Amino acid sequence: MSDAPPFLELRGIVKRFPGVLALSDVGLEVRPGEVHALLGENGAGKSTLIKVISGVYRPDAGRIQVDGRPVDIRTPHDAQALGISTIYQEFTLAPDMTVAENIFLGREPLRLRALSIVDRKALIRQTRDVLASLDLQIDPEATVKHLGVAQQQMVEIAKALSLDARLIIMDEPTATLTSHEIDRLFQAIGRLKQRNVAVIYVSHRLDEVKAVCDRATILRDGTFVATVSVAATTIDGMIRSMVGRDLKDKFPKVKSEPREEMLRVEQLTRKGELHGISFSVRRGEIVGIAGLVGSKRTETARAIFGADPIDSGRILLRGQPVNVRTPGDAIEHGIALVPEDRKRHGIFATLSVWENVVLSALRRFSRKGILDVRREKQRAQEFVASLRIATSDLDKRVLDLSGGNQQKVVIAKWLNTNAEIFLFDEPTRGIDVGGKIEVYRLMGELISRGAAIVMISSELPEILGLSDRILVMRDGRICGEFDRADATEEKILNCALRGAA
Amino acid sequence: MPAVIVALAIVFGSINPNFWSATNLANVSRQMSILALLALGQTFAILSGGIDLSVGSLLALVSVICAQQMKNFGLVEGIVAGILAGGFAGLVNGLIVARARVPPFIATLGMLVAARGAALTLSGGLPIAGLPREFLVLGAGYIGPFPIPTVIAAVAFVLAHGILRRTRFGRYVYAMGSNEEAAVLSGINVANYKMLVYITSGLFAGIAGVILTSRVISGQPTLGEVQELYSIAAVVIGGGRISGGVGGIGTTLMGVLVLGILGNGLNLVQVSSYIQNIVIGAIIVGAVYVDLARERRR
Repeated sequence: MSDAPPFLELRGIVKRFPGVLALSDVGLEVRPGEVHALLGENGAGKSTLIKVISGVYRPDAGRIQVDGRPVDIRTPHDAQALGISTIYQEFTLAPDMTVAENIFLGREPLRLRALSIVDRKALIRQTRDVLASLDLQIDPEATVKHLGVAQQQMVEIAKALSLDARLIIMDEPTATLTSHEIDRLFQAIGRLKQRNVAVIYVSHRLDEVKAVCDRATILRDGTFVATVSVAATTIDGMIRSMVGRDLKDKFPKVKSEPREEMLRVEQLTRKGELHGISFSVRRGEIVGIAGLVGSKRTETARAIFGADPIDSGRILLRGQPVNVRTPGDAIEHGIALVPEDRKRHGIFATLSVWENVVLSALRRFSRKGILDVRREKQRAQEFVASLRIATSDLDKRVLDLSGGNQQKVVIAKWLNTNAEIFLFDEPTRGIDVGGKIEVYRLMGELISRGAAIVMISSELPEILGLSDRILVMRDGRICGEFDRADATEEKILNCALRGAA
Repeated sequence: MPAVIVALAIVFGSINPNFWSATNLANVSRQMSILALLALGQTFAILSGGIDLSVGSLLALVSVICAQQMKNFGLVEGIVAGILAGGFAGLVNGLIVARARVPPFIATLGMLVAARGAALTLSGGLPIAGLPREFLVLGAGYIGPFPIPTVIAAVAFVLAHGILRRTRFGRYVYAMGSNEEAAVLSGINVANYKMLVYITSGLFAGIAGVILTSRVISGQPTLGEVQELYSIAAVVIGGGRISGGVGGIGTTLMGVLVLGILGNGLNLVQVSSYIQNIVIGAIIVGAVYVDLARERRR
């Protein structure tokens, strides 16, 4: 295997998005029958690279070769024709159809070709053959939605194989599997190797990478770091390569003396998601929550905010236990949530700037339900000025503002409710560098005015640069806590990946 | 859109000068008032991100209940019963949408069918005649030069505009339609306000149903077929967004005027009612297309 010419070769791949260089001069080489890990922090460019290979994105520059021949992969269909199949975290099976119908969707064996009548017997027989080649015991006539997640994944693999895939990309394949199911997956991957099918394995779980992969390519900030032999590298070594970057001084950390406790969360539990989350935040303090995508940080914030129900645990504000059942309750207690997905959860895109700013505090601008529009606009104007929201006028739709200014509108909405506890979920996602610094400055102002901040972020430099204390989450649990003084990217990542401080 | 309305009026007026006669204008506005009231309720439903397909059938149910109660208990009792019947049907719609979380399209589709059935059941499928003569005034009378239904519709427009632009409820209607998830996370009790939306729509249908009952001076279980579709058309023709959050009383007024003037004008220039339907269908799609095209260019 080691000397075989590569099946897939990428050189100098560049992919730009508005305001972001997602991939810059990235290379990758995958040999037949090889399991090749793709490693990197959140935002390192792994997903973008996968999408370039599978034809979802077209690179702005660079060469792709398959079997030594240059190719142009314009669509997912092109990728499939070249023998490249991708299994995403969200499966693409039709849930109401059978296993056999899914595997041969669009390629059903036909009887009486002119009439397009499906030959059911041949369909079942061929499905059995594919499943048998992977040693799978799945009924070809079972309806997909009645199968478990692990079995659905196997159907995806069988489908890829039936398409004569020579490279199967698996994106976080074990994210939702039990350890027993992971063993089954690894067996299936072993059989793919025997058939000389290559696998690109994207995972944050380095112990799995160690167990199943041959080589690993490491990305950082959209650039290529190294391709290493997994057997010759330790997990610590891989983590160092994923991190290794100097912290620039772009975080205007405000000095502030943390005072009395504002928010205490005790044993917050939501079945299947959150397991006994406990922590506290004081006035004038920023507590950062780090963790991988899927570590349930957003769910933690939503539970505190009353957006999702909890099964047990309690929340104390200023020392008093409170009952927060709805976001309305949370707002009344002075809690604010600046959500991760601004477009979906934060802004009212078709409403004006001023309507957005006052929306969570309309009670204060109305008497017996009648609004005082003049006062509303006045108040909004004050926030536009003090937060330096760049908008030509108050009536402009929020849709037409930049990401950074939209985020400021969301923050203004919460400032207007007189909130004192701010839950920031990925506060600078999709915001350009200048906008980020503005958001950091605002957070600094909040704590110097005595607010308490919980900041969820997947950007480690941001976490390290702004937090007074750092919590690390993994699988719905808090697995580590660090003081600002002794936190490092290595320690946090180690904790997030392996679940131990 | 105002330009289109002026153009339509000028064209019809020059072909048939009768278009501008006081009698005709009074007639057009009287005819339009029913659609106008339904469209007002529909505006609340669509703005909030929902839809109310039941308003046409509610006309019939309201008419039958209004006529029966009027015969049993008296004039005022009948009118009140009719309006309340509309509000109650709206409450049921609201409960199904907001509490049971059935999509508005389905919930109100169910009500469309069921309300028609209820109207036919209550009336035995027959018109209910013998209403007091004084009741005729509501549909046929005048205040000064203005037909009473026109005055009621005009007052309703002003009132609805005030609710949408000057009350918390109105603002929340826009917020829910613009982004329901963000509305929940902004502390708005979305379920309660959705109920209020469908009750509002039902009440407007109730008022329209009572006026229509007076116009035909009988309870009619077959009134209002496809009126729900015209009410939706009125909302979107003027520029209301079918998915909610954009539009208002102003745009709905435009839509009502276009449909009303078109119907009346085509009659006056003697276009057959069959062909009228073709024209109106084309206008509905065309108006929304122009609106979307303008939006995409932004």
